[in-house]
Amino acid sequence: MNPASQLIPLFVVIPLSGAFLIALMGKKLKWLPDFTGTFLTLVLFILSLVAIKPTDLYHTLVYSVGAWKPPIGISLVQDGLTVLMLVVVNLVVFCIALYSINYMERFTSKWKFYTLFFLMLAGMNGVIVTGDLFNLYVFLEIASVASFALVAFGTERHELEAAFKYAVMSSVGSLFVLLGIAMLYGYTGTLNMADMSVVLVHKGEGKLIAMISVFFIMGFGLKAALVPFHSWLPDAHPSAPAPISAMLSGVLIKALGVYTLCRIFFNVIGITPAILSVFMFMGALSMVVGVFLAIGQWDMKRLLAYHSISQIGYVILGIGLGTPLGILGGLFHLFNHSVFKSLLFLNSGAVEYSTGTRDLQEMGGLSQKMPVTSGTSLIASMSIAGVPPFNGFWSKLLIIIAAVQAGRYGYAFWAVLASILTLASFMKVMKYAFYGSLREKWASVIEVPVFMKLAMVILAFFCVAGGLLLVPSVQGVFLQQAQAVLVEGLQYGSRALGVIGSG
Amino acid sequence: MSKEHESGMSVIVKTITRLTVGLIFLFGIYILVHGHVSPGGGFAGGVIIALSFVHLMLAYGKEVSFKKLPRAVVHFFESFGALMFLGIALLGFTSGYFFINFISKGQPFKLFSAGIIPLCNIAISLKVGAGLFAIFLALVLLKFEAEKRK
Repeated sequence: MNPASQLIPLFVVIPLSGAFLIALMGKKLKWLPDFTGTFLTLVLFILSLVAIKPTDLYHTLVYSVGAWKPPIGISLVQDGLTVLMLVVVNLVVFCIALYSINYMERFTSKWKFYTLFFLMLAGMNGVIVTGDLFNLYVFLEIASVASFALVAFGTERHELEAAFKYAVMSSVGSLFVLLGIAMLYGYTGTLNMADMSVVLVHKGEGKLIAMISVFFIMGFGLKAALVPFHSWLPDAHPSAPAPISAMLSGVLIKALGVYTLCRIFFNVIGITPAILSVFMFMGALSMVVGVFLAIGQWDMKRLLAYHSISQIGYVILGIGLGTPLGILGGLFHLFNHSVFKSLLFLNSGAVEYSTGTRDLQEMGGLSQKMPVTSGTSLIASMSIAGVPPFNGFWSKLLIIIAAVQAGRYGYAFWAVLASILTLASFMKVMKYAFYGSLREKWASVIEVPVFMKLAMVILAFFCVAGGLLLVPSVQGVFLQQAQAVLVEGLQYGSRALGVIGSG
Repeated sequence: MSKEHESGMSVIVKTITRLTVGLIFLFGIYILVHGHVSPGGGFAGGVIIALSFVHLMLAYGKEVSFKKLPRAVVHFFESFGALMFLGIALLGFTSGYFFINFISKGQPFKLFSAGIIPLCNIAISLKVGAGLFAIFLALVLLKFEAEKRK
């Protein structure tokens, strides 16, 4: 076995041990939750950066849990797409943990928050690193159940209602996924994803595979909040505490929705033109419907939640184009969206922390009182609207160019239109919240505490510098590795099994 | 004796409970430690152990039950079980792999065999038993609070 692959289980072990250590001792030791939260997420972020290099060198690393050789045992697989997702998740989660130190002071039981937070992180990292389809379902449920509890964390009436709605809809989605996995297991006789793709290549496409594809699109599409299945998101995401909104919108819908869709359709079942056109259609629909619903909102977090639907549409449209450039654009937009959308949610949390309101009509002129919040918010708004030179511009440009190159002029047009509407709706946010004249009642508002500022500034830095990921030498080791995994498609199977044969 | 009769159910239920609750608890432990040689295991054993406490609480009311098993202890065992499971898995790194069965397997179908599996069963039973009892407590105490408000 390759020594570099020894690190893979740590992505699940560290957050799990953090969760239960805090549950065990966090109630007594008041400093422990904050310290563990920041320290362990920082360690995870560094580990995910360390993982870039060996992946570039060896392409695919496989770890067999308990020394049981796949396809019998559970295997953990680390390739380009895994590393991209790990970096995205752990970067955003580190900033959110930093932010929560100050923000979560307002809630009584901080240790419960951190326990659920780490469980959710363990679930997401688990979904990303696992190479076993049923194990993926288990981690999917860990992350989902922890997120239900976190949405209801404030235990107010509307929060409980949103959490219940989210729990019911998300469980229905999970059931479709489970049904799909059961059918796929019945058809192929294996649960290991690499082995499954090899078996499917031999057995060929059947009617059953079409049905399983529909189940997976419904299940994972619901987790990713694509448009026909999006209705839980605008309730659930605004109701959670701001750091959790940032985590749900920033990384959860990507790790549980977009990543799983990509992994299963490109690497296990095998992509077909029909599925690609479904992806493109659903992506474009989410993009346009999301932005039209967003533009009329006055609740700041609800507006941001609708924009999450719209931006996930871009990601799916880019990946659904199926060309290498489109996939690159989609994955790059996934990275960018997780950075700027979590930053925007943290900004809305900072405004709520200082003023106590989320209603845009009640705010105004806050930039005089909260320079850091308004500055970072301006950067994030420019990024999401696709203004050069911020990161959102580059990824949207790639997606639109790829759409034009593929001859999909209609989709390119809708992408441009949605981008313009996004710009309009964020001009509204900036005007009503941060610029204009300061109201009387906000005269005594002060800027948020230091850790919240620090977290926002780190994310703002990635918004500004995100475009540098397209520089060829950086792109080669990071984005293109992930793109290569999706472009190669079904070679994933023989590769992940081949590594075992040789090592 | 007299205080014991103030809360909970009738004398008949309490007498039966007193006779059976120990047996249920023992049966849970039996299922748990024989998990690797017969049907059952950590999850089933933990559920049965938790049921013995649930039984006690239903028959005698919450004061008696909390005297046997305070809430803090329940929460401790819940986290401790999970950490123990994780710890066993991590000890596998001493033999090179996460989750490897690093203890000698012994004779098949003997009580002391199968390496780490019985230890894992114990960890799972702590987690599941404490977790199930904590869920029951949460539901029951919520009901008490609601009744008090009326």
